[in-house]
Amino acid sequence: MELLAYAAFFLTVAMTYATICLGLNVQWGQTGLFNVGVAAFVGLGAYVSAILTTPEAPGRLGGLGLPIAAGWVGAALAGGVLALLVGALTIRLRSDYLAIATFGVAVALQLVFQNAEPLTGGAFGIGFIPRPFGGLQRQALPFAALNLALTVALVLILYLALERLAQSPWGRALRAVREDETAAESLGKSPLRLRLEAFVLGGMVMALAGAVQAHFIGFIAPANYLPALTFQVWAMLILGGSGNNRGAILGAVVVWAIWAATAALIAHLVPAGEQARASSLQLVAIGVILCAVLLWRPQGLLPERRAVPRHLGRP
Amino acid sequence: MTPQLLVNGLVAGTTIGLGAIGLSLTYSILRFANFTQGDLIAWGAYLTLTVASAIAGLLAGLAPATPLAPFSFGWTLPVALLAGMALTVLLALALDAVLFARLRARGADAIILVMAGFGASMALRAGLEFIYTSAPAYFTHELQIARPLGLGMRATPDQLLVLGLTAVLVLALHLLVTRTATGRAMRAVSENPALAAVYGLDVARVVRVTWIIGAGLACVAGVMSGLLVQIRPTMGFDLLLPLFAATILGGIGSIPGAMVGGLVIGLSEALAVQLLGAEWRAAAAFVVLVAVLILRPSGLFGRGA
Repeated sequence: MELLAYAAFFLTVAMTYATICLGLNVQWGQTGLFNVGVAAFVGLGAYVSAILTTPEAPGRLGGLGLPIAAGWVGAALAGGVLALLVGALTIRLRSDYLAIATFGVAVALQLVFQNAEPLTGGAFGIGFIPRPFGGLQRQALPFAALNLALTVALVLILYLALERLAQSPWGRALRAVREDETAAESLGKSPLRLRLEAFVLGGMVMALAGAVQAHFIGFIAPANYLPALTFQVWAMLILGGSGNNRGAILGAVVVWAIWAATAALIAHLVPAGEQARASSLQLVAIGVILCAVLLWRPQGLLPERRAVPRHLGRP
Repeated sequence: MTPQLLVNGLVAGTTIGLGAIGLSLTYSILRFANFTQGDLIAWGAYLTLTVASAIAGLLAGLAPATPLAPFSFGWTLPVALLAGMALTVLLALALDAVLFARLRARGADAIILVMAGFGASMALRAGLEFIYTSAPAYFTHELQIARPLGLGMRATPDQLLVLGLTAVLVLALHLLVTRTATGRAMRAVSENPALAAVYGLDVARVVRVTWIIGAGLACVAGVMSGLLVQIRPTMGFDLLLPLFAATILGGIGSIPGAMVGGLVIGLSEALAVQLLGAEWRAAAAFVVLVAVLILRPSGLFGRGA
């Protein structure tokens, strides 16, 4: 019983990571845009949704008490606006400027989460975020199962929609821009516009994922959105297989499983005083996995399926 | 702007400038934004600290560890700094051999190298936390009194030493790049690596020299920052955004540009601390970065993005 509820909890969190990975895959896998500010987009979604949906609290702005769905929509819109601003600023420039700018956005938003106390609650964060099926909270198993069903449904809908989009003329043009910008441009496609659209779409999905995660946990704080989150999500996508939506989901589940298992091991085996130290080894492993995959299996566990028959494509 | 703000900004800016020179050189010659530069700074500080403690341990009882007046540290620190620089260079060369050189040989896109550096930076930083824990460390526990400089400005002897040493290093490096054959080869590779190789330049050697300069300066920057503030595993990662902002502001590949960029970032941080409070310090680099990207993406001394 308890184990089942834990399994459902584990998978629900994994599904929220899978959603982030799906968003990142639109930016990186389909378009080749390197976003180093994943934590900023996820955190923005979480905070926007929390501010929209939490009940009024003294001394804090927001607390509008709107329904959860409104929070999700607001989060996605906010993520889209942030992506539009960052993208408009850097996509016309050299490719690594986007990486640097998104890194800067992550630093800046982390400061806002930490310090804009009247809006974000400062270091203590925001609590009492309404949870889906919150009425069932006392019955662990149905509550966990329903939340799992909700996140699985969300991942499934996003997966089908993004697959559909990748097969559409828009998705084909996007890959054409990624593979050979000059050729795509000569066919009348606007690379800048396509890239910007993909960046905005990905940003919306990531912010939505942040909102879903915040509502499932019920509590957010700036420490949830440190750069370590960005590294985790990148390891998930690169290990799973960038460019492949199923790879993105698989990578999220696998890396989250490794992360949760090693965290449990550390909690059981390592004395309390040394636990912080031992968990830094987890982060070393994340970094090493990322580099190792890039070196030895750049296509990841599930490689991108070729849209063009092999004999027509480049070698 | 009070005169004291000027001193604080310039001192912080020298650390950023030295780190940014290394970043700018790797950026223009190896052609990728190296996210590990910040962590090389932190590793440089810790490696120097380890050597300094080892020397102190070996000599315990033989020679009393008196500070070199008027500075706060004894002679072990300059010696340890040289060893620390050598070790940081070895670390950077090892990282290049294991990771970046292999990706380059495969003909990987620049953005893949950026990503690999990003992953390596996480491993490097968390590695420091594992070895040294996240508790701050110090080169010295001596207290220093800030001395008046006139116009209401005060600075400690350590701070003045850092300013002077930085000026010497930047001048030496500028002469190396503009006046020597090695410097010409570096500029040639940065312009066009294929052409430089055809012309008979040893591109692998240029790459090596670039890492040596970049990592050596990173170590100096780390030790300076560690001496004036403190040593933490995240000290380099926290410097990364200022480093990138300074590099882009100065124009990628420009040594004077990186130094000027570093000083501008240092001064804007000091200004942000005074106007908004210390908790918003890190926002200054972000604001400068956005302004440069909007107004002049090629930077002050750049050749065009």
